[in-house]
Amino acid sequence: MSQSVALVGHRDYTGSKLGMWMFLATEVILFGGMFLLYAAYRSDYPGDFHAAAGELNTLVGTVNTLILLTSSLTMALSIAACHHGNRKLAMIMILVTVIFGGAFMVNKYFEWMTKIAHGIYPSSEFLLAHPKGEIIFFGLYFTMTGIHGLHVLIGMVLLVGMFFKVMNQPNAQVSFLSGHGLQRADGGRLAMLDPNGVPLWKSEPIDDTMERVVVKTKYWPVKSRFRVEDFSLLENVGLYWHIVDIIWIFLFPLFYLIT
Amino acid sequence: MNHDNETPHESAPYSLYLLTWLALVLLTATTVTVAGLNFGRLSILVALVIAGIKSSIVLTWFMHLRQESKLFHMILLVTIVVLVIAIGLTFTDILYR
Repeated sequence: MSQSVALVGHRDYTGSKLGMWMFLATEVILFGGMFLLYAAYRSDYPGDFHAAAGELNTLVGTVNTLILLTSSLTMALSIAACHHGNRKLAMIMILVTVIFGGAFMVNKYFEWMTKIAHGIYPSSEFLLAHPKGEIIFFGLYFTMTGIHGLHVLIGMVLLVGMFFKVMNQPNAQVSFLSGHGLQRADGGRLAMLDPNGVPLWKSEPIDDTMERVVVKTKYWPVKSRFRVEDFSLLENVGLYWHIVDIIWIFLFPLFYLIT
Repeated sequence: MNHDNETPHESAPYSLYLLTWLALVLLTATTVTVAGLNFGRLSILVALVIAGIKSSIVLTWFMHLRQESKLFHMILLVTIVVLVIAIGLTFTDILYR
């Protein structure tokens, strides 16, 4: 006798996305506070901000903007590739995103090092000899681009993790909860059959001492069978990456384009 | 799985993301070009408007907000309103001190 039992593989897609969007809101508030400081001090020292921004290299800023925008594209493409059932492309796109993130950080490193070589860093004697507004401008510059850069680094680490997760997928765990399907299978065995009904695998006989049966299945969904909730973690990392991009979209004109 | 209360997420074609990226690159070129011209006090306004447009493009297409539930739109809206209130109140203090 064979009896089919419903598979329980609970994934709360909306819940996981909701948590991520609430976290993103806190990120916006975190940077919002710093943008508020920027706005307040800029209205106090418009001339100094103007002069200090002249020290920043617009070309480097523009290149970094393009790098980050393109990394957002490859991030979105990797998720789209998952949805299209193309794992190889998804993995390549995640790697390319990490490489773009690295390129952004390398640019940032050289930019900071140039500033520091010129004596411009918080509390440097050279900087303290400048007007108050310029000191504040560079204080905000190092704080805001520094915390933003930290976010890029965290995003890169998360993406490397996602690369291995996507590589190891297909890998999904489903369990039969006791009290639901399991009792109905009492006395029988759990079996996996191929399309012709030939058993591929059989479990030990199921009796009432069995609390829970966990079946680990490996599969990679083709386009017609994909479920968004299989990729919610990758999508959440993507959301994080995009919000970091959005923050840069505001940092760029406010620091580099006010000369 | 019950998807009745969720907007179906259709898998978008790759070309859609390429177009989104192209729009963002063009807007970046615009904001850099506009900054080169001298609009005085208007420059910052133009820069912020372009940054706002770029952000909403990223949110809508890259972050799939158009497919998400109204709840997520509300979270975003509340966040922005909180920021606007904080910045607005600070500036009433700065300007009328």
